Amino acid sequence: MLYAFLCCHDEAVVNSWTKVEDDAVLAKRHKVTEKLAARGKLGPALRLMPTTAATTVRMGREPVVLDGPFAETKEALLGFYLIECASLEEAIAIAKDIGRDEHVTFEIRPVKLFLPQGVAS
Amino acid sequence: MTDISWIDPVLRAARPQVVGALTRYFRDLDQAEEAFQESCLRALKNWPVNGPPRDPAAWLILVGRNVALDDVRRRAKSAPLPADDAISDLGDAEADLADRLDNSHYRDDVLRLLFICCHPDLPAVQQIALALRIVSGLTVKEIARAFLVGDAAMEQRITRAKSRVACADVPFEAPGSAERAERLGAVAAMIYLIFNEGYAASGGTQHLRAPLCEEAIRLARLLLTLYPGEPEIMGLTALLLLQHARAAARLDADGSIVLLDDQDRRLWDRDLIAEGLALIEKAERHRRAGPYQLQAAIAGVHARAAKADDTSWADIDRLYGALERLQPSPVVTLNRAVAVSKAQGAAAALALIEPLAEPLAGYFHFYGVRGGLLMQLGRADEARVAFDRAIALAHTPAEAAHIRLHLDRLMKQGATGMTSNGRKSF
Repeated sequence: MLYAFLCCHDEAVVNSWTKVEDDAVLAKRHKVTEKLAARGKLGPALRLMPTTAATTVRMGREPVVLDGPFAETKEALLGFYLIECASLEEAIAIAKDIGRDEHVTFEIRPVKLFLPQGVAS
Repeated sequence: MTDISWIDPVLRAARPQVVGALTRYFRDLDQAEEAFQESCLRALKNWPVNGPPRDPAAWLILVGRNVALDDVRRRAKSAPLPADDAISDLGDAEADLADRLDNSHYRDDVLRLLFICCHPDLPAVQQIALALRIVSGLTVKEIARAFLVGDAAMEQRITRAKSRVACADVPFEAPGSAERAERLGAVAAMIYLIFNEGYAASGGTQHLRAPLCEEAIRLARLLLTLYPGEPEIMGLTALLLLQHARAAARLDADGSIVLLDDQDRRLWDRDLIAEGLALIEKAERHRRAGPYQLQAAIAGVHARAAKADDTSWADIDRLYGALERLQPSPVVTLNRAVAVSKAQGAAAALALIEPLAEPLAGYFHFYGVRGGLLMQLGRADEARVAFDRAIALAHTPAEAAHIRLHLDRLMKQGATGMTSNGRKSF
């Protein structure tokens, strides 16, 4: 089953990481994800820009366009991984592995539909 | 797990909100700071054991307030000391407080704290030092290093600034909307000052001080999180991101200034540029142009050009024109002149800056630009006079060295009897 690993974190904390701290987190995670990639289990992964760059469009009779993220919460969605896991047990183990020594929160969500179209960028 | 390195960024991130709220409780900066320090010490003892609280800021505020109240009681000897672990179990109290810490309070607390620091009675340097100390939590040592002064001198400067704002009356009631807008404007200007202090250092030997730039960006992002719908705050944040994106390319290995035209654009930070451009786009939707947005848009034109020759100077000229109308200033006109020189030639640009000689008589960049334009027009002797004046006004060795480079070029041309018609401009 394909799972989405939604990375949720207090954005103020992530923003106050120094470049060195930020790079260290990415490097640490990369060690885990490259192993998953080698086994053909890693799908697309992405990191979102800060929620200050977000715009929210709320549809209704009159669509409303708002500046900022959908939810004004401390813990914001900052990015995600798509990983093929044999079981929820394995997914949980992988989340623990990726997030080792961090205080990130992962929401693990089974993927219902996956359309990996390419984009030209 | 014994590693507690995760705690530091959490404390750093919570600081503006916590010190802001404690300042509202105590109506005193020193007391708020002391209480914050104390609550951080308790966090360092408590969090590694119990894990991070659900809302670290709420935890720190509550503990900071209790600690100070205990202190008052202790001094008054009117109440028995509470057991130390009475504050370790905050479960319910924390949840309760978190509910009451609604967003608008938080917003006003942080804004007030920033606003206290940029009190108009304080000279710019003191505003910056105070904000870095109180809001960002940099140590006196770090700030002293950023300003290249001794620790004792900086300590004194900050103490003086604090006692000055202590006498100034900043109302603690929630501000009205006009008041809030005014505070926001003053705070934005101060953040811009902090960035500029890092971007083009006003003294000493270091021309770039990246930590100040990074701190300014952090504060701008914080302000934008609080006021997500303010196009000028988007503009400010975009401006800082786009300028800072060029940091790695602005000085060469010897620490000499590399001008925009000559920078290795592969060294520009693409992540920061992308974020800056995204913010400009968001701001433009509001159709309320302002000085920060226009300056960000100008930086954006440079950022979009893959090489110097691709720069749309006509766009830059137009944007500076809009900025001039909004905020007439000789410095803006001087900058527009650089765009005009690229689009229409040095003669047109020189005509544009002639009237600025008086208002910008003490401005390093005026003589740099003027010298550059004169050089392009082959008026070497006049160029030399302008460059000499620029060197006399330079703030950092890098600035002076850069002008000397032009002078050397002129000397060589003088020696071989050539006049310059080169397109290369300042």
